[in-house]
Amino acid sequence: MFEMKSTRDGYGEGLVALGEKNSQVVVLSADLTDSTRASMFKERFPERFFTMGVAEADMIGTAGGLSLVGKIPFCCTFGVFASGRVWDQVRVTICYSNLNVKIGGSHGGITVGEDGASHQSLEDITLMRVLPNMRVVVPCDAIETRKATINAAEVVGPVYIRFGRPSIPTITKEDTPFILGKAISMREGKDVAILACGIMVYEALEAANDLDKKGISARVINVHTVKPIDEEKIFEAARETGAIVTAEEHQLCGGFGSAVAEVVGKEFPVPVEMVGIKDRFGESGSPQELMQDFGLTRFDIVRAVERVLKRK
Amino acid sequence: MKRSEEIERLERMAREVRKDIIEMLAEAGSGHSGGSLSACDIVVALYFSVMRHEAQNPQWIERDRFILSKGHSCPAMYACLARAGYFPLEELKTLRKFGSRLQGHPSKANGLPGIEVSTGSLGQGLSIANGVALGLRLDRIGARVYCLMGDGEIDEGQIWEAAMAASHYHLDNLCGIVDNNGLQIDGPIDEIMSPNPIAEKWKAFGWNTIKIDGHNMEEILEAFAEAKRIKGKPTVIIAKTIKGKGVSFMENVVDWHGKAPSKEQAKVALKELESS
Repeated sequence: MFEMKSTRDGYGEGLVALGEKNSQVVVLSADLTDSTRASMFKERFPERFFTMGVAEADMIGTAGGLSLVGKIPFCCTFGVFASGRVWDQVRVTICYSNLNVKIGGSHGGITVGEDGASHQSLEDITLMRVLPNMRVVVPCDAIETRKATINAAEVVGPVYIRFGRPSIPTITKEDTPFILGKAISMREGKDVAILACGIMVYEALEAANDLDKKGISARVINVHTVKPIDEEKIFEAARETGAIVTAEEHQLCGGFGSAVAEVVGKEFPVPVEMVGIKDRFGESGSPQELMQDFGLTRFDIVRAVERVLKRK
Repeated sequence: MKRSEEIERLERMAREVRKDIIEMLAEAGSGHSGGSLSACDIVVALYFSVMRHEAQNPQWIERDRFILSKGHSCPAMYACLARAGYFPLEELKTLRKFGSRLQGHPSKANGLPGIEVSTGSLGQGLSIANGVALGLRLDRIGARVYCLMGDGEIDEGQIWEAAMAASHYHLDNLCGIVDNNGLQIDGPIDEIMSPNPIAEKWKAFGWNTIKIDGHNMEEILEAFAEAKRIKGKPTVIIAKTIKGKGVSFMENVVDWHGKAPSKEQAKVALKELESS
């Protein structure tokens, strides 16, 4: 039985750990301090915490300015606003100048639940990965999110971290190393490789168990860094299994699966099936209902594996 | 230096910078004449009198910072940086050319000394200036931050987000300037999207406001001095200017926003500036 904890809690803990060891880290919040868990940093380091109000573009620009005097700012808001609303600001102020600003895009994916479409960030991976200089990290559990957050301060340049609202299974261990850009083998297998990010890593592991019972040996790889993506690991998976399934809590268009397909297509073309959201907006519902309706469960991954094996 | 000598020196520098602007734009074949010329006196005052900075030490931690939010007016800034010694004057000829450090809009990415941050997408500079001001205060560095905006640019909502934040955080080490030349791309600001009354809006946002003739060097210096004295709130200088100032056929003409003079037109312009 896995411990259940939200990735946003991991983010908050990461911020606190950073606050303790790095006096240059500052945190900005666009009126979502509690929801994003920036509150954990605020409680400990109030003099380094700035409320920006419901003004996300201003938050990004202000973070840019703070980075110009040597601070390491972490911007906190929901993924929809962190990536979509302020895309131009992230593009020109942060990425074009290659400023050392980190963006925590909370409430990623459909599992935001009842708030519905306007708040369910289904496009942020696409929006952020297309920007030069931006790194994009989609950690799979609270522990990994904490590590990714701490690691972000060590990276010099823009980083976008996508994490979520609900409590989810913690599947990595404290001693699992986190290296930006290095995907992690979660399970060995030779018939197919399931590459997943975020909450879909757990679903992929469950799918692999189901597939095992059907006599299918599925490799599961946690690709926490979508950009820069671990091309070597993907290439190896394609070469050694001959079939790939990707899984993301995100639009299929231009997202994580596309990033994998770009590598596969150019390095070692094999059949690819993608599990993700098929070009629709989110809706209100419980996370479980939504995962089902939007085709993001282990059963959807199993079906995708069965499809891809037919194409091998 | 006596006050009137200081004024004369700055006016002479402004004339040289105007000539630089015309020359570099004509050489580039494209660029923003009107807004560079209207901002010229303000930018000259900043680089050659008001700001503490060192050309040989662009990263000097105690330097005053200039954020050109209206990034398209970069010819004015480039000329001032060159004349201040940040890079060779000859490099001005490379404006907008492939491989140049002098990009069409200010770029931090191309290695030109003296550029604090890339700008060009309007409305973003004041937020950045706020962040710098906040950071300097956090580190107890007494440097000041100056942010130049356009009067068309203040249509952008983000400017007002930043205005609200600057007041909220009592950023008295920050001074904004609005280059109020009355024109934007589509036409006069009054006709296109009137931001008037400009000073009253900033005042309502909690700023100290000063209205000046943006081409009167004495008023410019006094305004910056007053801004330095004001505690507890940021200051904005609403500078009434003439778009294309200094070149008769450009003055107050909408079309000269995003156009560079031809070599022939440049000759005429330079003659006018020489004899002014």
